Amino acid sequence: MMTGTPLLSLLIWVPVLGGLAVLAAGETRASLARWASLAISLVTLALSLLLVAGFDSSTSVMQFVEMRPWIESFDIYYQLGVDGIALPLILLTTFITVLVVIAGWEVIQTKVAQYYAAFLIMEGLMNGVFSAMDAMLFYVFWEAMLVPMFIIIGVWGGPRRVYATVKFFLYTFLGSVFMLASLIYMYMESGSFEITSLYALPLGMNAQVLIFLSFLAAFAVKVPMWPVHTWLPDAHVEAPTGGSVILAAIMLKMGGYGFLRFSLPITPDASRELDWLLIALSLIAVVYIGFVALVQRDMKKLIAYSSIAHMGFVTLGFFLMYAIVDRTGSLGGAAMGLQGGMVQMISHGLISGAMFLCVGVLYDRMHSREIGDYGGVANTMPVFASFMVLFAMSNAGLPGTSGFVGEFFVILASFQANFWFAMLAGTTLILGAAYTLWMVKRVVFGEVANDKVAALQDINRREFFILGVLAVSVLALGLYPAPLTDLMSSSLDNLLNQALGSKLVP
Amino acid sequence: MNFVSPDLSPAFAEMFVLGMTCLVLVVDVYLKDSQRGITYVLSMLTLLGAAAITATSGVVARELAFSGHFVSDPMGDVLKLVVYATTAVVFLYSRDYLRQNDLFKGEFFMLALFAMLGIMVMISAGSMLSLYLGLELLSLSMYALVAFQRDSAQAAEAAMKYFVLGAIASGCLLYGISLLYGMTGTISLSGVSAIFTSADQFNIPVLFGLSFVVVGVAFKFGAVPFHSWVPDVYQGAPAAVTLFIASAPKIAAFALAIRLLVDGLGDLQGGWQDMLVALSVLSIIIGNLVAIVQTNIKRMLAYSTISHVGFILLGILTGSQEGYAAAMYYAIAYVVMTTGAFGLIIILSRKGYEAEHLDDFKGLNSRSPWLAGMMLMLVFSMAGIPPFVGFYAKLTVLMGLVEVGLTWLAVLALVFSVVGAFYYLRVVKLMYFDEAREEGEPEAALDIRVLLSANAALVLLLGLFPDGLMSLCIKVFQ
Repeated sequence: MMTGTPLLSLLIWVPVLGGLAVLAAGETRASLARWASLAISLVTLALSLLLVAGFDSSTSVMQFVEMRPWIESFDIYYQLGVDGIALPLILLTTFITVLVVIAGWEVIQTKVAQYYAAFLIMEGLMNGVFSAMDAMLFYVFWEAMLVPMFIIIGVWGGPRRVYATVKFFLYTFLGSVFMLASLIYMYMESGSFEITSLYALPLGMNAQVLIFLSFLAAFAVKVPMWPVHTWLPDAHVEAPTGGSVILAAIMLKMGGYGFLRFSLPITPDASRELDWLLIALSLIAVVYIGFVALVQRDMKKLIAYSSIAHMGFVTLGFFLMYAIVDRTGSLGGAAMGLQGGMVQMISHGLISGAMFLCVGVLYDRMHSREIGDYGGVANTMPVFASFMVLFAMSNAGLPGTSGFVGEFFVILASFQANFWFAMLAGTTLILGAAYTLWMVKRVVFGEVANDKVAALQDINRREFFILGVLAVSVLALGLYPAPLTDLMSSSLDNLLNQALGSKLVP
Repeated sequence: MNFVSPDLSPAFAEMFVLGMTCLVLVVDVYLKDSQRGITYVLSMLTLLGAAAITATSGVVARELAFSGHFVSDPMGDVLKLVVYATTAVVFLYSRDYLRQNDLFKGEFFMLALFAMLGIMVMISAGSMLSLYLGLELLSLSMYALVAFQRDSAQAAEAAMKYFVLGAIASGCLLYGISLLYGMTGTISLSGVSAIFTSADQFNIPVLFGLSFVVVGVAFKFGAVPFHSWVPDVYQGAPAAVTLFIASAPKIAAFALAIRLLVDGLGDLQGGWQDMLVALSVLSIIIGNLVAIVQTNIKRMLAYSTISHVGFILLGILTGSQEGYAAAMYYAIAYVVMTTGAFGLIIILSRKGYEAEHLDDFKGLNSRSPWLAGMMLMLVFSMAGIPPFVGFYAKLTVLMGLVEVGLTWLAVLALVFSVVGAFYYLRVVKLMYFDEAREEGEPEAALDIRVLLSANAALVLLLGLFPDGLMSLCIKVFQ
């Protein structure tokens, strides 16, 4: 299907070129940079809404396909397309970017144009990752994204920003190069970098296992899964608020997206063979990282660890299908796991973004992220406190918020796989509530802790707007998730078929 | 006896450069110091004329001249055009730097042009003799260029090291050539190629000769363990000379390897492949590791060059046309990146002060966001991050490796490019994350700024649209 306007290209290049234009405008006109960036990000959001409007959710084939020769010497195409898996993530990207642009409005005072340009370029590249249908194009976007993020953390970050950003860069770079090796290998086998032709490529078991592991190296670092998660707390803590939001809300999702787009359909037999590994790592992330989060003193660090635990749910949901089908033969249960993982990704994107924005609001006023420096914020910032409690509740998975839906699906699915999986996964309901609510109790409630807290001003209209929009989204998704699940169900069913099939060479 | 008048037209560009260089030599003698601009303009015209001749020659197939000592083929033409462009870029970047440091003399241009002539002869060498002559013309000009800053002890030391080691390497190469001549009775590369068969790769005397030849090639590339001259020469020479040494001669080294190993000794591929594997693996490992601890950016770039050379050798050792094309693509991409990086060093340098310490890059983003942005692209390109040209250079080499079943080499090279990313990131860190040590935008003439921007833009454009150059490289090897 070829529509008239190349919407996906616009989604990539409008923010990238817009970012370059903002950069070229220079540092002397900061307010121009702000307004221009807001306009560009709103245009991009509008484009993504057009995408949703024109999307046909009843089919799993790629839509809005664009295909042009790019590097003909190696049969690499500039090939874009979206399905029900990529579309919600693109929407999330454009939505969160608008909020990030607004969130930096008064906070960022140094090198304003560069700040906004970096975020806009990031947005375009992230849209590129989610819409690339050629593996090499995907890889180009995937790696190119590191450059603006490296700059964002390093220039506008906290005191240990250099350590954090170099660690972030090298971790993710090391993970991805293995993926590159696999992609080249498969190109030699199939003569194409097209992702759909890689789906059709038969592969022997040994090759599949190696390819699966190399994908795992790339995606597990991004998700991040235990034990390659250690870059995340550093990067999150040191990044400026906007950077943390983009990292948590979108970049982590790329790992999850990679599992769905690459690992499961390209190496289904290896996925079946090694699903225990993924399940084990996910459960460790859920339980162990949950305990680690409990003892954090730094709010951003706590949320970072909670992100890892929540992303454990995502990977758990994705890889439960083999156990479920082997045990019960129920495709519905397997689909529920996948769906739960996807919903959890979107929901976590909103909630973690909101939590980081909340911490950002406090940090802008107090310049401290230590839980111990706060106490009784509700007395001086009642409006803010209600938002923060709401987001904390949804982070803990309270029914009625979006955090509940994904977790519930995944726990239900894991019951069908194995009682113990469900048992361990279920601990998150206790742990998540414990670390989140305990933090909220110490920060928001109680007596006013010190003079600084007593002097706090409640949130202004700009902050109210950002948090309000996020609150509405979290509640809407929690009360009525059907539009989201409808959007992706046929693509997920198709993926399930691919993942449960076999590609072994006969 | 028939006397056929030899057709010299394939070598017209070389003859033109030779004639013009002699003209520059004569004219320069009659110029006052204030009129050196004429030498500069004449040198530029030489390059322009040579480019016009080569570009219009329209070679589609191999042509021989001078009884087979001279070959003209599409690969040669492409490489020569790259060399002209590189030399012109070097002249442009260097002009103000040379003026400031009282080095704006005719000798610089003449030596560089003679070196370029040597490179051209190497590129078009059809026999081991012409190859060696070209190499010596290049090397001798280079030794003199390094020592060009007469009152600098560092430069003299660098030149001495370069000369002594270079002479030994040339000796090795010549010894290898003489052994091959002794076994085949011919110095023509096509003649040698006709005599050796793939069975000869197990023939010990042949391998003995071959290994001396490989030593000579490895030295010219600066591959480990024949690399020890590279950092010292890069550091000791004035930045303008370093810029030249780091760029055009790598094209020459590539041509040397292709002419000798592929054109002449292609059937011994099984023999030289293992040697190149060792050289390239060592170069990538040592180059990337040692670069991490450098505080002098010229030395750091020297070690980074060594690791890039490892990649070029990886392409050559595949022994496949795709691999040669990949190596050629890598060499050209490397030249584009490296001229930009040294160009920036030249811009940051001032009278009597070489901006060669990494700390000189501190806070460049605050002083000049534009320059910092250009360097950012160059550095990420060198690290092999898409969408810059350095990524595709690495990609094509890796694809060549995987195609011939050397996947382990590809994975090793990938892992060490992650290690290498660290020291490139440090440059970005200095430019963007650190406070500036001095105020004020670096001064540079408009044309140099434009050139640097074009240079960095090329790194990006070749990255966004890599196919043109890539298919060109593939075509010349078919």
